[in-house]
Amino acid sequence: MMRVVAWGVFLLGCLFFLLPLVGMTEFSLKMRRGVYSFDAYAAVFGDPAFWATFGYSLALAAATIVVGVVLVVPTAYWVRLRLPQARPFVEFITLLPLVIPAIVIVFGYIRMYNTSSFLPLTGSALGTDILLTMGYATLALPYMYRSVDTGLRTIDVGTLTEAAQSLGAGWVTILARIILPNVMVAVLSGAFLTLAIVLGEFTMAALLNRPAFGPYMQLLGANRAYEPPALAVIAFAITWGCMGLMQLATRFAKHERAKA
Amino acid sequence: MPTEPIRRAPRRFPLHWLGILPFAIFATLFLILPTMRIVLGAFQTPDGGFTLQNMLDLNTDSIRAAYWTSIKLSFYTAALGCAVGFAMAAAVVFGGLPKGVRSPLLTFSGVASNFAGVPLAFAFIATIGPVGLITVWLRTEFGINLRAYGFNLLSFWGLVITYLFFQIPLMILIITPALDGLKREWREAAAVLGATGVQYWRMVALPILFPSILGTFALLFANAFGAVATAFALTGPQLNIVPIKLFAQIRGDVLGNPNLGYALAFGMILITAGANLLYIWLRVRSERWLK
Repeated sequence: MMRVVAWGVFLLGCLFFLLPLVGMTEFSLKMRRGVYSFDAYAAVFGDPAFWATFGYSLALAAATIVVGVVLVVPTAYWVRLRLPQARPFVEFITLLPLVIPAIVIVFGYIRMYNTSSFLPLTGSALGTDILLTMGYATLALPYMYRSVDTGLRTIDVGTLTEAAQSLGAGWVTILARIILPNVMVAVLSGAFLTLAIVLGEFTMAALLNRPAFGPYMQLLGANRAYEPPALAVIAFAITWGCMGLMQLATRFAKHERAKA
Repeated sequence: MPTEPIRRAPRRFPLHWLGILPFAIFATLFLILPTMRIVLGAFQTPDGGFTLQNMLDLNTDSIRAAYWTSIKLSFYTAALGCAVGFAMAAAVVFGGLPKGVRSPLLTFSGVASNFAGVPLAFAFIATIGPVGLITVWLRTEFGINLRAYGFNLLSFWGLVITYLFFQIPLMILIITPALDGLKREWREAAAVLGATGVQYWRMVALPILFPSILGTFALLFANAFGAVATAFALTGPQLNIVPIKLFAQIRGDVLGNPNLGYALAFGMILITAGANLLYIWLRVRSERWLK
């Protein structure tokens, strides 16, 4: 009896998740009247704006990951090594982006970095790109920090540092050649999640008026019928890919730890 | 030599803090100051004086309705997300389902909880929109016209259904480890003392799980409250909920008063911060038992 109920609940839940996925896939194939075809995908891939916005978001994601790693790895390392008393403060800050909605953060950016401010970032395209990258780095901060901090927990930071120092390594060498390779799996896991977040992000890019993938999808959705579900299928595949790579990285980490 | 810097550390105390200076600068410039700007702006007149007028001005029909719709939307999606997510997680953990379904469900939940925003809206439009798969199927096969029954995807309940697609998986992801934490011994101990299954759940399992469930509810609430993209892609700028209103305000000052926009954003921060603090506090409490 219990098992029947459990199966019922589980299958109904699965149905709820599967139907929209089936719906979007089916709809995306219906562009040509009467037969299933990949016309909608051809239209999407044939649109230069698709490649332009996708490439833009990809570049921004790469920049975000670099900023995130350069910011988070040394900080998390330093907190573990020398500043355990700063841990509650740093952890609180890294949780803030989950507390303050993204739309409020970007609202603050627009008012704080406008052309008449001390740092007029929104005055130029490059400046706005930098601001958007920082915004994305802020959104990804909670995930990146937690991932790297968990990675650092599995290695003996103090001993590694002393060993490197006794061989004459400076701080940059220690971070780049000792610590980073040891937490690479955690960094990758955070990086793939950052990629998934940045590629689909809409609010910040739209409000800062940058030609990113999220606003492009929204615009297409408002004007076309068959391309949007094709885009949804593509976006779902990308999200799935990012999460798959993330799991792969974690599995790789478990394997490594088991060996050690 | 190698241990010397560490031994000398306490004497150079202030220099230590330089290590997190880049992080502190980043957080100040791109997180704290922008937020402070909004919070302060909510209590300022256009020429910079202190006022509570903006807060009072929030009390108009349109803004009150927006907050109320947003709160209802967040409440329903969080409550339904918790209920369905809990049921699915419990089915997988206790229901005697084959072990093979657990890992795919968790992986899928990880993907689905991140599959929010614009593409999610497209998926639901293609499924239960005016010419969506299910809508057309019901019409041609059974002669059921959803629209005639008053269902419209581009409405409050349409939004609830769409939000559930990322709310349920989030609940599954958070509550499954908590369900795993329920020890077999507790159930056996209860059984030895003569408790029925219902009594065990009512008097042992649910009280232990309660902080986790309520905490996740708060998290889901904040999650729905701050979401912009899904609602915007689904209904455009018309639907009167707080994030959409704020979006329109940032784009073109639709309220006709920039400081009222700050007050609107400040109200959002208060609600999401309150919900998140509740989540963090309850999480700490629940970890006492579920270690």
